[in-house]
Amino acid sequence: MTYPPWLDDFLWTYQNVIHALGINGLLALSMYVVLAVGQLSLGQAAFMGLGAYSSALMTLKLHLPFFVVLPASCVVPALFALAIGVPTLRLSGVYLAIATIGLGEVLRAIYLNLDVLGGALGLSGIPQRTETWMIYLLLIVAIAVLWRVGHSRIGRAMEAMREDPNAAQVMGVNVQRYRLGALVASAVLAGVAGALGAHASNFIGPNEYGFEPAVTILSYALLGGIGTPFAPVLGAWILTLLPEVLRGFSDFRGVFNGLIIVLAVLFLPNGLLALRMKRRAA
Amino acid sequence: MTLLSTAGLTRKFAGLVAVDGVDMAVEVGSVHAVIGPNGAGKTTLFNLISGLVEPTSGSIDFNGNDISRLPVHARAGLGMARSFQNIRIFSAMTVLENVLTGLHSTITAGVGAIVLRLPGFHRAEKTAVERARMALELVGLSSKSELLAGALPYGDQRRLEIARAMAAHPRLLLLDEPAAGMNPAETSSLAALVRRIRDAGTTVLLVEHDMGFVMDISDAVTVLNFGRRIFHGPPGAIRQEPAVIEAYLGKKMAARLAARKDGQKAIAP
Amino acid sequence: MLSQQLVNGVLLGATYALFALGFTLMFGVLRVINLTYGFYFSAGAFIALFATRQWGFSIWLALPLAAIGSGLIAVLLDWLLLTRLRAKGAPELASLMVTLGAVLALYSAMTLLFGPDIRRLPPDVIGADALVFAGIRVTQAQFLVVGTTAVLVLALVALMRGTRLGVGIRAMAERPDAAELMGIDTARLAALVSFLSGFLAGAGGVLIGLNFNAIQPYMGEQMMLRGFVVIIVGGLGDLRGALIAGLLLGVIEVLTAGYLDSGLKEAVAFAILVAVLWTRPSGLFGQAVLRRA
Ligand SMILES: Nc1ncnc2c1ncn2[C@@H]1O[C@H](COP(=O)(O)OP(=O)(O)OP(=O)(O)O)[C@@H](O)[C@H]1O
Ligand SMILES: [Mg+2]
Repeated sequence: MTYPPWLDDFLWTYQNVIHALGINGLLALSMYVVLAVGQLSLGQAAFMGLGAYSSALMTLKLHLPFFVVLPASCVVPALFALAIGVPTLRLSGVYLAIATIGLGEVLRAIYLNLDVLGGALGLSGIPQRTETWMIYLLLIVAIAVLWRVGHSRIGRAMEAMREDPNAAQVMGVNVQRYRLGALVASAVLAGVAGALGAHASNFIGPNEYGFEPAVTILSYALLGGIGTPFAPVLGAWILTLLPEVLRGFSDFRGVFNGLIIVLAVLFLPNGLLALRMKRRAA
Repeated sequence: MTLLSTAGLTRKFAGLVAVDGVDMAVEVGSVHAVIGPNGAGKTTLFNLISGLVEPTSGSIDFNGNDISRLPVHARAGLGMARSFQNIRIFSAMTVLENVLTGLHSTITAGVGAIVLRLPGFHRAEKTAVERARMALELVGLSSKSELLAGALPYGDQRRLEIARAMAAHPRLLLLDEPAAGMNPAETSSLAALVRRIRDAGTTVLLVEHDMGFVMDISDAVTVLNFGRRIFHGPPGAIRQEPAVIEAYLGKKMAARLAARKDGQKAIAP
Repeated sequence: MLSQQLVNGVLLGATYALFALGFTLMFGVLRVINLTYGFYFSAGAFIALFATRQWGFSIWLALPLAAIGSGLIAVLLDWLLLTRLRAKGAPELASLMVTLGAVLALYSAMTLLFGPDIRRLPPDVIGADALVFAGIRVTQAQFLVVGTTAVLVLALVALMRGTRLGVGIRAMAERPDAAELMGIDTARLAALVSFLSGFLAGAGGVLIGLNFNAIQPYMGEQMMLRGFVVIIVGGLGDLRGALIAGLLLGVIEVLTAGYLDSGLKEAVAFAILVAVLWTRPSGLFGQAVLRRA
């Protein structure tokens, strides 16, 4: 795809930030999907890592074209989401949270220890196949789909189960199925974001998908709120731009993102964009 | 004809038998009341029937199907709906959205239709909104459909819960203490509502402490005490049943004694 | 040699058990997965590091100091983060998220202050020569680990079974509402349970720091995977289960490293976690109550 020259210049100069905004927006949406059904997954970074590593291997070892690799990058994260989601989602929410943090930790150990995955050095020499338009097209499609799903019986069911899962079940909502669907959808989104990131940056390593990124993704969604799918994306954009705008901020990023979560839960339970969608057709 | 029956239904909680071998039959088209002192196991019985609590033993038959092991949402799909003793509306949603949630399993549009906004989606939503408005009209909340449910006064929240449960025209409606906290005028309009619901073809099973209300509207009464069924029959026969009188009087005496002991903390039966 | 490996496994498992005991105690009584827990572990190790390096304390002084210090940090964090949510009766995931955010902030701040590098306790803090019985080697550090764990576990059991405080704690674990009615001061009890948990974690941090001779800010975070495995396999809130599961996990890890590949330790631990979730989510030892959705 060719862009007009001014746009081309702009994209070239700020390419990394522009990619990060789009990819972090997708990650924020992947968090939103789970929070919207009243669950907490701390495995978004892990799912992203699974998408990144599996797609990088498909490109590097199998030499598959990107239009195959990108959609296929969601398979491994989705399988992990099923393996963890099926047993935990019938239980109280703490089990999913625990199992997903554990997933992040164990994957990091596996990336570090397995030679095929490059060990501590990670995988490098990944060809740059990600185009800016791909990221933003997917972001727009994801927002549109989530918006429409939100404005339907499914969206009403999701809000109902977030507020009172038992009452929602009595209304005939198959709470377990929605939870599992949401977790798998979120793993798919995160996995694709991981593949886009891997093919935008040439290198991936075990520490990019560890504890801190996992918490950061949660801070995106909590800062923005989960009233509409735009809110978490806005949260992601604010937290991605801050270190670019404020010099010396990036050292304090971990402290800041962590405190965002504390303050958001304690004082701002609906996020910055405390809007909620109306879901009535006409 | 029997719509709902339980056989030997039992539920234990850590050493306590909340529901103890209850046999019960609810006739189609009737208003059936379950009464009993506090802690008798009435709510637990409702939770067993709607599936929120699993039975320790015994079985539940609904409309000819054994539903004892069916998940909660599937029971709703068979035509069972309920309200809760402590109101459980979705307070962050509007009144209309609450009722639409009650129609969840009747709206047929799939994910594809929803995402692509196919005609089927619009049709299904439109039908659902019409049905939801009818349910709101039934309970007299039409004018408040756009308000946030959490902002409604108490009595309206109770009626919203009934509208939400009635939206999908269930075969069986379970009401757990629907008159709790209502004044006499509200209680009598509730009685009228329950009759309308029965006349529209929904069987009603309700728990209530207000004996006047129970005597007034029920066709049959089951009395529980300490989880056990101590009476089953027409409301007129209750007053002659020694076991029932003893259960209530015994309870009252105990409450009076307790009140004398610790000053003011009398627990109303 | 198998018997040496079994002994090593039990020794390693003792620290896992010690670490997980406080974690599961906190959940059992306060009904919160408190993710700042890993930080108490790091804090304990750092306090001992400073006590021995800067102030020249012996390990016998540094260990209790670190445990008490971490206990106080736990009380402070519980008070700052969770009292408000507890009073509101907030859902358990809200508390979990608050502690998650806080622990990232704490680890990051600690890394800013002390740097990410691995630090070591002074070499002479504990004797280097090992004892050998029947061909099995046990270092003095390992002795200290097992001894401390045993003492702390016995003290915890005595506290829970033999004192009024322990009865109050158990009452609160079983019926928080009833405990309140019985006139138990739940706020004070929460502080006490936090202290106990922090104390156990802090002691665990010193012992692991001693045993592996590596201390750095994120060490508590890396321990959390083991903590999760132990409290799920043992059953959430089940102290006895955590003790058994901790020892078991230590043995399994040592055997995995010995007979398969040490790089697979974490994977095996996690596989066990997932397998237990699929088959017996209330834990293998059957005392914990399964917490359904
Ligand atoms: N989830 C539970 N865990 C433990 N005990 C329970 C549980 N639910 C109910 N119980 C106990 O079972 C007994 C019956 O309770 P239930 O709520 O069914 O009584 P009820 O007849 O509805 O009383 P009320 O008139 O006060 O509403 C009570 O002793 C109660 O404490
Ligand atoms: Mg009740």
